[in-house]
Amino acid sequence: MSEGTIKKFMFVNRKAPYGTVYALESLEVVLITAAFDQDVSLVFMDDGVFQLKKGQQTKGIENKNFSPTYRALDGYDIEKLYVEEEAMAARGLTEDDLLVDVTVMPRADLGKLMDEMDVVLSF
Amino acid sequence: MLHIVNKSSLERDTLDSCLRVANGGAILLIEDAVYAATRGNAAEAKLREALARFKVYALGPDLDARGMGDRVMEGITTVDYGGFVDLVAEHKNCQSWL
Amino acid sequence: MKIAVTINEGPYQHQASDSAYLFCKAALEKGHEIRRVFFYNDGVNNASSLTEPPQDDRNIVTRWSKLAADHKLDLVVCVAAALRRGIRDENLAPGFRISGLGQLVEAGIEADRLVTFGD
Repeated sequence: MSEGTIKKFMFVNRKAPYGTVYALESLEVVLITAAFDQDVSLVFMDDGVFQLKKGQQTKGIENKNFSPTYRALDGYDIEKLYVEEEAMAARGLTEDDLLVDVTVMPRADLGKLMDEMDVVLSF
Repeated sequence: MLHIVNKSSLERDTLDSCLRVANGGAILLIEDAVYAATRGNAAEAKLREALARFKVYALGPDLDARGMGDRVMEGITTVDYGGFVDLVAEHKNCQSWL
Repeated sequence: MKIAVTINEGPYQHQASDSAYLFCKAALEKGHEIRRVFFYNDGVNNASSLTEPPQDDRNIVTRWSKLAADHKLDLVVCVAAALRRGIRDENLAPGFRISGLGQLVEAGIEADRLVTFGD
């Protein structure tokens, strides 16, 4: 069985929150994967960068604000959060706009990191 | 690494994201992404450029279903579902650029 | 080789389930093992026994059930996604079972490859 096997899982988040369910569902899988003691990396690129924007207020759309969960990832030993530098810049955001500490990475380095993974999940 | 793209590049920027970030390997175009593999499509130039860095494949049944089976650009290999499986098996990992 | 598959979209709306089915069929024909097919998000609708397409259309749900019966496939439907969308044991097509997200992660760990089909 899977007992003892540790694989490198990467979650590639490329979609904005709320417009579709994918950002939330990705987060659910991330938490379960961490519970299986796997090596977890999260990448935020394209509109996925918006998932980390500070100050999300979802009362008006009657949706649960799940952005605080990103702050809680640290407690699950999920510390590898990468943001694509070019995607962030293209959206007028800087690191100060993000609600968690991330590693900002140029796209070429992200591609290399992706190559090293065992399992890449994209929602 | 195998990169799987399933969106028309004229409607969504998925192919661009893949080409921007992916570090070589193979790209397989399936579903609506197969239009990008055809001659005269606006994506032709960037795919031609990508051929220097990637091996590019397109899923034949998806091309045929869309009436585009006879205009695949040179340099792109057409595969069937069995070929899709082979590509998955041959590469260490894969990413679906949804 | 052990291959796991995940499907994130429902039947008929998006090609994802068709592509995944044809991929699994081809993989089995080539002698690979399909370790598990995991249905997530709207993909859980692929498991509804209440589906009734017109006669001249493919039946996506029964096609999965048959493939599962012929090859002893493990078709797993995410419980949280299923309950949200009204998929329960009472209307679950043959060959499917409802379980947790851990089944997806476990498939990722145990299989040699994980292929995602979605929108």
